[in-house]
Formats: sequence, C-alpha cells, structure tokens
Amino acid sequence: MSNITNQSLSEILESIKSKKISSLELTQAYIKNIENAKKLNAFVTTTFDQALENAKKFDNKPNNEQLLSGVPLAVKDLFCTENVKTTAGSNILNNFVPSYESTVTKNLWNNGAFLLGKLNCDEFAMGSSNETSFFGNVINPIGDHLVPGGSSGGSSSALAADLTPATIGTDTGGSIRQPASFTGTVGLKPTYGLCSRWGIVAFASSLDQAGPMTKTVNDCSIMLEAMSGFDEKDSTSINKKKETYSKNLKDNIKGLKIGIPKEYRVDNMPKEIDELWEKGKKILKDLGAHLIDISLPHTKYALPTYYIVAPAEASSNLARYDGVRYGYRSQKGKDLIEMYENTRSEGFGDEVKRRILIGTYVLSSGYYDAYYLKAQKIRQLIKKDFDDSFTKVDAILTPSTPSSAFKIGEKTNDPVSMYLNDIFTVPVNLAGLPALSLPAGLDKKGYPLGLQLIGKALDEQKILNIGYAFEKNCGYKNEIKKWWS
Amino acid sequence: MSKEKFDYFINGEKGKYEVVIGLEVHAQVLSNSKLFSGSSTKFGADPNKQVSLIDSAFPGMLPVINEECVKQAVRTGLGLNAKINNYSVFDRKNYFYADLPQGYQISQYKNPIVGEGKVLLDMPYGSKEIGIERLHLEQDAGKSIHDMDPSSTYVDLNRSGIALMEIVSKPHLRSPDEVNAYIKKLRTIMRYLGTCDGNMQEGSLRADVNVSVRKVGDKNFGTRCEIKNVNSIKFMQMAIEYEANRQVELLEDGKEIDQETRLFDTKKNETRSMRSKEDAHDYRYFPDPDLLPLKLEKKLIDDLKKSLPELPDNKKERFIQEYGLNSYEANVLVSEKEISDYYEEVAKLSDKKLAATWMIGDLFAMLNDKGLNISNSPISAKNFAELVQSIKSGEISGRIAKEVFEIMIKSGDNPKKIIESKGMKQQSDPKELEKIINEILSKNKDKVDQYKAGKEKLFGFFVGQVMKLSGGKANPQLTNEILKKLLKG
Repeated sequence: MSNITNQSLSEILESIKSKKISSLELTQAYIKNIENAKKLNAFVTTTFDQALENAKKFDNKPNNEQLLSGVPLAVKDLFCTENVKTTAGSNILNNFVPSYESTVTKNLWNNGAFLLGKLNCDEFAMGSSNETSFFGNVINPIGDHLVPGGSSGGSSSALAADLTPATIGTDTGGSIRQPASFTGTVGLKPTYGLCSRWGIVAFASSLDQAGPMTKTVNDCSIMLEAMSGFDEKDSTSINKKKETYSKNLKDNIKGLKIGIPKEYRVDNMPKEIDELWEKGKKILKDLGAHLIDISLPHTKYALPTYYIVAPAEASSNLARYDGVRYGYRSQKGKDLIEMYENTRSEGFGDEVKRRILIGTYVLSSGYYDAYYLKAQKIRQLIKKDFDDSFTKVDAILTPSTPSSAFKIGEKTNDPVSMYLNDIFTVPVNLAGLPALSLPAGLDKKGYPLGLQLIGKALDEQKILNIGYAFEKNCGYKNEIKKWWS
Repeated sequence: MSKEKFDYFINGEKGKYEVVIGLEVHAQVLSNSKLFSGSSTKFGADPNKQVSLIDSAFPGMLPVINEECVKQAVRTGLGLNAKINNYSVFDRKNYFYADLPQGYQISQYKNPIVGEGKVLLDMPYGSKEIGIERLHLEQDAGKSIHDMDPSSTYVDLNRSGIALMEIVSKPHLRSPDEVNAYIKKLRTIMRYLGTCDGNMQEGSLRADVNVSVRKVGDKNFGTRCEIKNVNSIKFMQMAIEYEANRQVELLEDGKEIDQETRLFDTKKNETRSMRSKEDAHDYRYFPDPDLLPLKLEKKLIDDLKKSLPELPDNKKERFIQEYGLNSYEANVLVSEKEISDYYEEVAKLSDKKLAATWMIGDLFAMLNDKGLNISNSPISAKNFAELVQSIKSGEISGRIAKEVFEIMIKSGDNPKKIIESKGMKQQSDPKELEKIINEILSKNKDKVDQYKAGKEKLFGFFVGQVMKLSGGKANPQLTNEILKKLLKG
C-alpha cells in the first residue's frame, strides 16, 4: 500500500469502501508524506493526533454511505476550523483559534472526511504566488525554485505532492485556478453563492468563492457535491436543490457549443500558451463539440476593474483586525490609537497594506465616482458580455494563465506584473460564473499548463462533463519526482 | 383653545431672526433580536452578555437581515404617511472606533427603505405639517463607558448591532416647542405601532439636531450646525435655544458661522465644537457586499398596511366625532395608546364626555402626583367608569365623588361598594329633602326674614346648612330647586 497516496480521491474512496485499506493506514501514509515534505512549507498547522483519532473512530464504525467516507483532508488556512488555529497566512491572526467551523468545512466533515491540517496561503488570499504569507513562501513540487501559484498555493502544492487526497481553496480572482494550472491539478471556482462564505476569512466579499482542488475531474465533482449547498447564514448563498455532480458526470459532449473568445489572445502571450489552446480546441472538436468564435469586448477592463473592486471591499473587511478581540496585538504604544497603529503595522504584510491603501483611496470622497462607481459599471458590462455569449454557446474555453509557474522572487518587486497573472481568471469572478481549470500540457521547460472552461451560472455539471471528457482524451499525467523527501 | 400666533424669533440689532431646525431621530426598533444577528436586545443585561460572533466581528462572520426589523421599519414608514421603497440597499459606513467592532456600520445611504412622509403637529397656533425626508435602517454601535475608571475606557457591545431607524425630518421646525411636539408625536406614532418603545432614559430615542438661523423673510437657509446625540427633549430645547442665540450673536458681530458638529454640555448648558467640516469623517460608503439589496413585495407592504392599528390622528378625529369631545380633550386622550384604550373602555360603560373630563382632571392629576402611568393606575377602567356613571346618574355628587375617588386609590375597591358601605349615596328624594330643608328654615327664621327682605346672599348659607345636615349627601340641584320654592312660599 505504499503508493496509495498518489491515487485519486475516488480510487482511495473505493479502497476504503472495499476495506483494501483502513482509514488509519491511509491517514498514517499522508502523515508520513507530510513529515517528509516540510521543505515545501505547504502546511501552517497539522492536526495529526486529531486525524488519527478520527481515522480510528471511522475504522471502528465505518459508514461507507457518505461521499468522503474515512478520508483525511487538509484545507486552506482561510477556512475557520473549530479549536484549530486559523491564520489566513497573516501575522495578525497568528494566534487565532476560532470557536466555530466554517460551513464549507463542516459540510466536508458531515460527509465523512476529517481534518489533516491547515494549508499555507497568501496573506488574506492576496497574492498569486504564495509569497505574501507570513509563514513563508510555499514551494511548487514541480521544481524547488518555482512558486505554486496563489493564493491557494499551499493547497496546490500539497495536492500535487500527495500530502492530501484532495483539498479546497478559495478563489477571488483566480486563487484556485491559477495554482491548479501551475501544479498540473484540477481546480474549480463555483458559481458565486454555490458554496457558503460563512466562516471563511473574508478578502473581497462579492468575489470570494470556495471551491475544490483535486487530481481528477471526477474527484472535483465529488468534492463540489460535498462542500456546496444553501446556507441561511450567508445572505448571498443561492437557495436551490443540491445536485449530485459525481453521479451525473458524463463524458459525452457531442453537439455542445464551445465559445472561443478572441479577446483572450493577449499581446506578448507565449506561443506555447497559444499552442495549448489550439490543442484544447482540437480535443473538444474531435469529441464532437462545435467551436464558435465569440467576443467578450470588455475583457481588457477586467483586471483594472478587479483591482479596484477587490481592494475596496478588502479595505473595509480588514478594518476589524485591531488587536482587541482576537489575534495579534502589538505591545508597543502608549495609548489606544498607537496600539491600533502598531498592531496593524506589525500585523499586516506589505501586499495587504498596499491593497488596504488602494481600497481606501478608491472609496474616498472625490474618487469614488471615478474609480469604484465606474468599476461597478464595467463589472456589469463584463457580466453582460458573458450573458450575451451564453445565448450562443454552452461553455467557453480559454487558457487558465498567461504563463507557467514562475520563479520564486521573480515578480515580488513588481506588483503589476504579478497582478497580470490573473488576466484570464478575474473576469469570471467579476461575473460570478463557474470556471474549471484543467491540466492540459507542459511548456518547453516541462512545467504544467492549464486550460479554463467557463460555464453559465450554476452550470457546474456541464463544465465538469466537458472537463471529464477532455481529461480522458488529453492524456495529461503529472509526473512529479519527490525531490524533497 | 385660544388661537395664539407663532412667536419664536430672536431679535438682534440688525434684525429679527427665525430659527430653522431639522432632526435626525434615532429610534431603536422594537424587536427581540438584533438587525443582523440573533443576539437579544433586552435592556439592562450585564455588559457584553448579549454579543454574538457577528456583533463582535469575528473573522468570516456574515450579517443576515432580521425580517421583523424590516417589517417594523415599513410599519413606521406607513405610520408617517411615507413612501415605502420596494428596493433599498444596505451600505457600509466605514470609520474606526473602539465601540465599532467591524470598523464599519451597516446603514442605508443612497437607497433607504422609506422615502418622503409627513407628521402633523397640533400647535397652539394651529396644526402644522412637518415633512419627513427619509427613514433608514442601521446598526447601533457599542457603548464606550468613560467614567468607570480614571485611566481606561470600557466597551460594552450589548448594543452593538441593535436595529435603529434613523428618521430624518425636513428643515421644517421653527422653535423648541415645535421640536417638543414633533418628538412627542413621533414617539406616540411609534408606540401606537409598537415599533419603538420611545424610552428616552434607556436611549431608545435619541436625536441629532441641525440648527441654523436666518433673518425673517430670507429665502436661503443659513449655515447649519449639527448638535450630536441629544437624549432628552429638555436638552434638545436647551441646546437649540443656546445654539440659535450663539449663531445670531455671531451674525450680529458680522462673523460667519462655521459648518460644524457640536456637542451639548448639559452641565454648562452650552454647545461646543466637536469637529469642523474640514475634519468631517470620510465614511467611504459603499454597498455592503455581504447583503443583497432588500426587495419588498407589494403584498408584504399591503398586508402590513392592512394590519396597522388606528393611528393617533385618525383616533383623535374619531373621538371628536363619536364621543363629542373637543379637540383639546381628544388630543390629550390619544397622546398615548394606553390612555386612549383606557378611555375607550371607560366611555363604553359610562358618559363619554364626563369620563373625559374626569380622566383629564382628577385621574391624570393623581397619576402625575404618584408618578404612575395609566397602565399601572390603581383604579381600573371598569371601576372608574362606575364612578363616572354614579355621578352622571345623580347617585353621588361631584364633591362626594372626589371622596370616593380618594378611597378607590387607596383600596382599589369598586365605587358602588364604597358608596354603599360608607352610606355616601346622594339624597335625591324630594320628600326627604323637603323635610331637611323645612327643619333648617324653621330653625333660622331670622335669616329667612332677612332673605325675603332682599339679602339674597343668604341662599348659600341655607345650602350649606342642608349639606351639613345631610352629611354632604343632598343632591345639590334638587336642594337648590326646593330651597327656592320654599323660600318663596
């Protein structure tokens, strides 16, 4: 059973169900992997004792009727976990232990899974390389000098390195899809409102959405089914019947219309990204889908719009971190105001401060109309672009990112070039749509590249089906040498 | 009621000034739980005992609108004859303060739940309409307590997140008396509706007061100052009085008024500057992304409209029509819903007009004296009605009634029982009265002669003697009649 951990979640679930392996053996195998992978810095907190106990409990009284029976899972450290430290990758929450469990993680545990640990991420999910975390940067298992993407970089790294059978991240502007693309894994950002935001440390409330990160599309459908659902504690949660994505997963996509937006062919895009896109189109066409050229004319405004809306909301969401009721508090300062100032100066990192400043600025009187209000209007136009296109097509195919994983430190001094990494992913968040990033090939350096399938709101099943068919015919397989152990 | 003329002006050497006042009233919504969390809103709990994770802004916590608070705001809007907006938006008002855990207050900025409305005031110089600009829902902040410790400030978050209605008037008020009438009217309407208890001591009703002055006849408004968070009508009136005079003095000296926010110092009876316009907060309002716009269905508004109780203006009109009361009496009796309920219960069982006279006179005087409300009156409406009826039927005189009333206060007993057991029933039998009167006349033959000789003042003496002999029970009207008849003979 030495290589159980490099299997997919669905294979592992099968092994548990058929008693080929116990939950305890499985958990021990992952713990061993995690202990050997400290170099990757994927974990902020491990909960091994608790996990082993839960595994034993499962083995004593196995319930195989659940979606995630007996499976240990590590999750991004942005999800509040009851009695387990939750840091959001920030110094300001470095000692924060919630008394409550986020709805999404609770859904996972209610489906039979249990917690293995908390995964590193960019501070407050602000970043595209997992280099803004207070707990240090995470390393991509693809290569020791590469970033794993961000902000769910701990999640992508842990998943690709077999440190968890599947995981969850959050995606505000690409934070699930870009790291999935950088590590050759599957990542889905669901429709805004499909997964509850309750108990997730907020970055930008109108964009944040939790989603699965997995090795296969089938795993992705299982995880989505387990984590999603209406939650009356989140006013933006969508009240609809729960779907059974895994049971309904089909690989027949004959006759589906796939839109190819011309605006995603950006200037200076590496040739290999273009070639990857062509490869993707051909696979879908060979499977019987129709390719249709479409236009999403406001795409070029998406990135600037995103970098107004997201910081604006963040500047307000992060006002609560004042060192009084929880979290880090500076010991310096002679009065309350100084305590606040020192706490926030010492508690937040540079990228977070940068976004708080941008957000405060764009909401200020005199600038509000020029920035925030205009951004909201463009956001509507971007949404309308998609709405118009979806009257003609079933899904849209684009590259996930404009490049493969870049080097650690390569972009840290150039925030704008870092932000440009989100160019293909942010329009989806602005429009609240679901999008799936699929591993699709390697660049000439041998690093993974991803393609993105964008669906209509609540059309997760369709893009999962297309992804499922694509995966079977793409022939991509992650071959990662475990250089770290 | 005499028709007086409005006369609240400030005379300066350079002219006569009128005072322009607008109010932002913060009324705490009557509801069991807070605006966006399930915490209790009960007053008087130990500090920080009614605080949820949402109220204290823990990471990942989200607000969920309390539907009852929304209904209460709609009811209030309907009570103010206002436009109910079926689309409204919650915004974040961002500012940093120790008693504001989120770092922002959830409020409504550009799209409030209630639009323009109006309130009618009964002033000695006639009725006056005050325009309502808007009503919006917002969260209250926590409470900073500065006087518990010399060097620290304590924060109580029990109030944090409680629903408030901010009711903004148009600048239609012109005197401290009108402010008094306006606040009382708002309070009455909301208490009728059950949407706010109007308890100013507990802070359920507070106001920011905007004051400016201008020369009589000027079309444009003067520069206004806002006096923050005044929590009693008396203080509001004092603050306005002070502030208006301060502004007139500045203008008289040829100085300008700075637009600023001021605080009223209740000990020194003066307002002082808190912050100038330049230092005003930039609240960076934007729609709260955690909450969807509030959409109200027409049916909900219609249903609430149908279930609205009779409001004071309508009730007053009805009291005048149905019970034959004058405007003053009707006004007093509708001022509190409990008073009007009590009155209607009494009026059902007794003479309507006499009941009103006795309630407004003796009953209110007694309650006032004892510091009681109508709801904890020692005299039940039923007993009070019996008392009124005993007077009306002539069973007891008004004078005896006052004695019975005193006994009722102490014992809570039924007036019939008191009259019966103390033998206080009025003597209304003409034969019995004639007997008493004849006895007195025969005892006072000299006085009878003087009376007949023209000393008519002596009539009162005879009445007094009859009362004395009858132990005060003689029916005064009958006594008069019989006396006159016998003295003639």
